[in-house]
Amino acid sequence: MANKLISQMGLPPSLSHVFSARNILTAKDALSLPETDLMALLDIDIALVRSAVASISEATCPPFQTGLALLEEKMKSGGHLSTLLPGLDNALCGGIPFGALTELVGPSGIGKTQFCLKLALLAALPECYGGLNGRVIYIDTESKFSSRRMIEIGEGSFPQIFRLQGLAQKMAGRIIVTRPTSISEFNDSLQQMKLTLLQNEVKLLIVDSIVALVCWDNEKGTISSRQSPLRGSLSFLKSIAEFSRVPVVVTNQVRSHSSDDTFHYIFKGHRKDTSNSERSESHLTAALGIQWAHAVTIRLIFEAHSGHRFIKVAKSPISPPVAFPFVVESSGITLLNQEGISVAGSEINAIRCKGCNILTQ
Amino acid sequence: MEISNLPISPSIRSKLLSKGYTSLSSLSSISPSFLAQELSVKLEEAVEVLRAVSDTTTSKSAHIPYGIIPGAVTAWDMLSEEQMQRHISTGCEDLDAILGGGIHCKEVTEVGGVPGIGKTQLGIQLAVNVQIPVEYGGLGGKAVYIDTEGSFMAERAYQIAEGCIYDILDKFPSNSREFLSCKERLQVNNFLAGIFYFRICSYTEQIAVINYLENFLTEHGDVKLVIIDSVTFHFRQDFDDLAQRTRVLGGLSLRLMKLSKMFNLAVVLLNQVTTKFTDGSFQLTLALGDSWSHSCTNRIILHWNGNERCAYIEKSPSVPSASAPYLVTGKGIRGINSNFKRARIM
Repeated sequence: MANKLISQMGLPPSLSHVFSARNILTAKDALSLPETDLMALLDIDIALVRSAVASISEATCPPFQTGLALLEEKMKSGGHLSTLLPGLDNALCGGIPFGALTELVGPSGIGKTQFCLKLALLAALPECYGGLNGRVIYIDTESKFSSRRMIEIGEGSFPQIFRLQGLAQKMAGRIIVTRPTSISEFNDSLQQMKLTLLQNEVKLLIVDSIVALVCWDNEKGTISSRQSPLRGSLSFLKSIAEFSRVPVVVTNQVRSHSSDDTFHYIFKGHRKDTSNSERSESHLTAALGIQWAHAVTIRLIFEAHSGHRFIKVAKSPISPPVAFPFVVESSGITLLNQEGISVAGSEINAIRCKGCNILTQ
Repeated sequence: MEISNLPISPSIRSKLLSKGYTSLSSLSSISPSFLAQELSVKLEEAVEVLRAVSDTTTSKSAHIPYGIIPGAVTAWDMLSEEQMQRHISTGCEDLDAILGGGIHCKEVTEVGGVPGIGKTQLGIQLAVNVQIPVEYGGLGGKAVYIDTEGSFMAERAYQIAEGCIYDILDKFPSNSREFLSCKERLQVNNFLAGIFYFRICSYTEQIAVINYLENFLTEHGDVKLVIIDSVTFHFRQDFDDLAQRTRVLGGLSLRLMKLSKMFNLAVVLLNQVTTKFTDGSFQLTLALGDSWSHSCTNRIILHWNGNERCAYIEKSPSVPSASAPYLVTGKGIRGINSNFKRARIM
């Protein structure tokens, strides 16, 4: 919509000629400038500028829907990819939502890739088994995809399907794995995907993991440390999710976080957190910073403490803060408790990794 | 004020200057037709120039009693108008109390906070609460929800609308005739149909929709709330020139303020946080910079206070800074003391 051409918007010809003469060709060019700048650039008076901007805005503005229409649309098209973990599906009102970015974040080795493998399988399954009957694009930046493990998960979770002749091959054939080695390759494949997602009936997009791309970007040394390293790719991923209504799942890593780093608001004053002694052992935080944290729609935190692993629904517009203990078995991830444990307060955002390190046991 | 500051196009300005008209007084007693002939422009353009001149001169005059300035009102009249103003309840009684009744109409309120604190929840709650009929203490208006991040979930709006209706019927169990007619309007589907949803995918579309709102609001006169969730997202990602960004944002906020006054509605902008280096350390602050922080009338920061969610009024012309705890429940935003059922899962 932003790149809509002004010449096609039905403005009076004299006006649209003035715009193109000054090289303002798309709506984006026209609307990025304040009105007084436009007036000076185009040499026409302010009332005419205002009416031109109003017409351009009306043409560029996307159509509206009522909340009711949105709900009905969602009901019709399903709207969720069920994870077959009843507790998690309940908490997420059906499963991983279409058209939104879901992030899995946790320390290494906790089970994020296992979760992704199972999701890939689920999306490929025929609808009678609860799947989406579609293709899956798996962008594997760290070479973690193991098809052998995926078939193992399939045989463990759906033995009746996978024993059928040829079905395993058909399922595995629907999962397309790509291993980009640089961020430009990644962007290129995203561009191509945008065109073919609907044609090829792709029903799920997984990026595992997105942090590797950031590392590649930083190697170029052109990004300042305060700027978001993923600006173009991030909004692109989101727009792909929106236009094609597919679920997009992204995995993220953690980095350690010293207690001095805890940011406070200016109005709260500077006070040291006194309850730090326990947290300083394994104080972790999601990588990519706070801007990324705002951008994802749903954040599932994988963590370990008190001898168990937990999936926490940390950020979601439709779920209460709950944590589910889980284990990783041959058939993939299984929840130990379908009800979930309610987590109060800002604990939901903490990532802990105690008891995971064999060297400290 | 000189000719160079008039809002007229540069070519006409250069013609005026070349003909020797350098100050406003030189244009004060000229007829349009004479000016048109002098500058060799069309008559309509000369009329426009003279109108621009007269607009600037009248606003500059001092010593004019209040009644004669067009468009001005006395503070006393404003007071009675403000007292009659209804506010939009946030769902949490403590927060409503420190806000002086709720979100004010005719004002732009900015709400910011870290991810996951409940900004979208508050936005959806306000979009539902604005629709509470007047008989039950609400505004009976509709809402425009401009979504830039894709965080609006229709199922959640359904839950919140259901919770709101449930609480109203709980609070007003009377079956008298005037309530019966409103009860029919208290349907979840009606509430959902009263939210006009725009999905914005770039900052160009964001600017376009805010420009278009004036026409939209003229057509849909019952809209009493405009929410933008969030105003920051696209401006943070794709805008490279920060100085231009500040100017564009300034234009946006002025336009929103004008809309809120013209159509007597409340504008709520949801903002993200960023870190800023002040006093030798990084502090959390709302995004979009210092100039933006001046543009909104009110500013509320949602933050974690230990294990509790709190709303802190950082800036308001009419109420003092205060903090109030709130909860996000299955039914929506509620106060600490209200009875709430366990989080309802669909």
